[in-house]
Amino acid sequence: MSLTGLPLLQQLLLVLAALVLFTSFALLAQARLVSAIHVFAWQGVLVAAVTTLVAAAGQLHHLYFSALLTLLLKGLAIPWMLHRLARRLGLARHVESLRGPALTIMAAVGLVIFSYWLVLPMVQESLVFTRNIIAISLAVVLIGLLTMVFRQQALVQVLGFMSMENGLFLAAVSATGGMPLAVELGVAFDVLVAMVLFGVFFFQIRESIDSLNVDRLNRLTETAGEGD
Amino acid sequence: MSALLLMLLTPVAGAITLALLPRLAWAGWVNVGVSAVCLGAAAALAWMVGVHGEVAGHSFRVDALNGYLVVLTAFVGFTTAIFSRPYMRYVCMRGRIGERRMRLYHAMYQAFMLTMLLALTTDNLGVLWVAVEGATLATVLLVSLYRTPEAVEAAWKYFVLCGVGIALALFGTVLTYFASQQVMTDPEAGLLWSALYQRAGELQPMVMRLAFVFLLVGYGTKVGLVPMHQWLPDAHSEGPTPMSAVLSGLLLNVALYAVVRLKMLVDGSLAATATPHLAGHLLMGFGLVSFLTAALFLHRQRDVKRMFSYSSIEHMGLMTFGFGLGGPLATFAALLHMLVHSFTKSAIFATVGHAAHIAGTQSIDHIRGLIRTQPAVGWSLLIGVVAIAGFPPFGLFTSEFLLLTATMKSQPWLTLALLTGLAVAFAGLFRHVHPMVYGVAPQGQQPVLANMVPVAVHLGAVLLLGLSIPPSLARWLDMATGLITGTHLL
Repeated sequence: MSLTGLPLLQQLLLVLAALVLFTSFALLAQARLVSAIHVFAWQGVLVAAVTTLVAAAGQLHHLYFSALLTLLLKGLAIPWMLHRLARRLGLARHVESLRGPALTIMAAVGLVIFSYWLVLPMVQESLVFTRNIIAISLAVVLIGLLTMVFRQQALVQVLGFMSMENGLFLAAVSATGGMPLAVELGVAFDVLVAMVLFGVFFFQIRESIDSLNVDRLNRLTETAGEGD
Repeated sequence: MSALLLMLLTPVAGAITLALLPRLAWAGWVNVGVSAVCLGAAAALAWMVGVHGEVAGHSFRVDALNGYLVVLTAFVGFTTAIFSRPYMRYVCMRGRIGERRMRLYHAMYQAFMLTMLLALTTDNLGVLWVAVEGATLATVLLVSLYRTPEAVEAAWKYFVLCGVGIALALFGTVLTYFASQQVMTDPEAGLLWSALYQRAGELQPMVMRLAFVFLLVGYGTKVGLVPMHQWLPDAHSEGPTPMSAVLSGLLLNVALYAVVRLKMLVDGSLAATATPHLAGHLLMGFGLVSFLTAALFLHRQRDVKRMFSYSSIEHMGLMTFGFGLGGPLATFAALLHMLVHSFTKSAIFATVGHAAHIAGTQSIDHIRGLIRTQPAVGWSLLIGVVAIAGFPPFGLFTSEFLLLTATMKSQPWLTLALLTGLAVAFAGLFRHVHPMVYGVAPQGQQPVLANMVPVAVHLGAVLLLGLSIPPSLARWLDMATGLITGTHLL
């Protein structure tokens, strides 16, 4: 059951996964937009590093390709696109005021505990490593979700969305040795298209409410008399 | 196999052609033509499935269950294309959208059809996920097509909620793959549904249980199950009406199809544990809550498309409940309900689109006297609502009656909840629709250019299915029931 009994490689993987989780926390609490984008880029690099390690350990050659794809997409392309969008939208120096940062972080800690609790029934001594890594990935996914709920800035919400994808990828790579290549390419394509569409939407939202604070998107509710 | 390939390649070619087409005036016709070819290929595919039992190969697999949904999807796609041609031309003439957005609309219509057909025919759970996510991506720009603040808000909500939901479904897919790796030797086959189904009993129940919760929440978001339904009324009410028709008639079905396939896996895995019906009970719970909540919400709607989107949630809840109940009768009823609901709901949305053009608004309070102004539209709306409320002699009565019978047999107390919900929904629909159809028309209200043939065909088919189900269709649905439950009804 003890972590120190694991092979060195798996311990290293767990450390890297924990670092990914740490970047999730940083993303949640980072008020400066540009810094948040940088944090996200680091998260992408860490996930790519995990993938490379798994590939080297298991002689899984197709994972080298996935690692490269992750590095290019999550570590470089998407952060670069977000950077460019932030500049074009005049948000390069944007600092968002966080609502109750301490409470938010506590909620995130709660989510980590919840993830471990959820994965706990998969008790099998041989699966200590897998269980930990699935719990960490699930925590990354849920904290990404929390980021989308708590933050009002559309760009930061997209960062939350993309970090959810990172968590999913982490789970796929480290627990299962990567999905079949066709699926992985499909997912990467969807993520890329989603990013482009998010970019289109930023401009549409700004045009319609003159801001990217999506809390102001509140015309469509059940109580208000909409429809005319 | 060649019919399958043709069916999948037609929308690809259609999307590219429509994106580049020089003469915009032809776009509507090209869209209809492409959809017709696609329908022909789907029919040929269904014929082959009927002869051979299933068509499989290269990670694709079509059996009775998805074969019937493929034909339904292609058919509704075709009739909606016919309806959308004059409708979108009217929108374009009124200056609500320009040439570029017309191009976008037609190209994305075909892209959406592609994702639907791919999701239905693929055997690979990962590709299924990619296709369902692709459906969101294809339609999200169409929801915001009119670029009003409301439309942009609806599209953003749709994008974010469905994106998050579907991400959770991917986590469930990863967990399923993890479970499959413990029993499968070939990693490439680890996500093939047919391979997994054969060895479902060996999949780790603990992992599959957790996976199913994520998959249900994920795909359930797309089905429109309460409480993940928030995107649905917004997206349906703010997007162009043909989009509402295909979202309600097709996307929700395909998402539910995914849930049913996954339930079959989980049932196999949990069969030997203490909770063999966990998946079914979850579906029943979500279905019933969606059904009752949506029925109540019907009463307080003020936007006509929004009202009918709540009606879609209500009916999807009913189907989910039916699949959850299990057993041949309930499953047969749910499959039939999928068919008649798609037909009726897309016909209603087509009619409502014309009604909104006649009145110049979607507000229920301002749509009045449709029968006076344009009898075809008024009567279609009235007949459509009578059908959707589950009155005899329409097909929805048959399927709801079968479902109630099945509920009576295994969970008699829930019949009461279902009957109450049906009555509440009926009252909610009629209090709004009655004045819209019969009320006094405002002065100067003019009829609009409308093609009511698709609506008539759909409603006629629903009527026919209510009077007598053709034996071939009944046999087909029975085959699908046999696949899902293992026992035949007929």
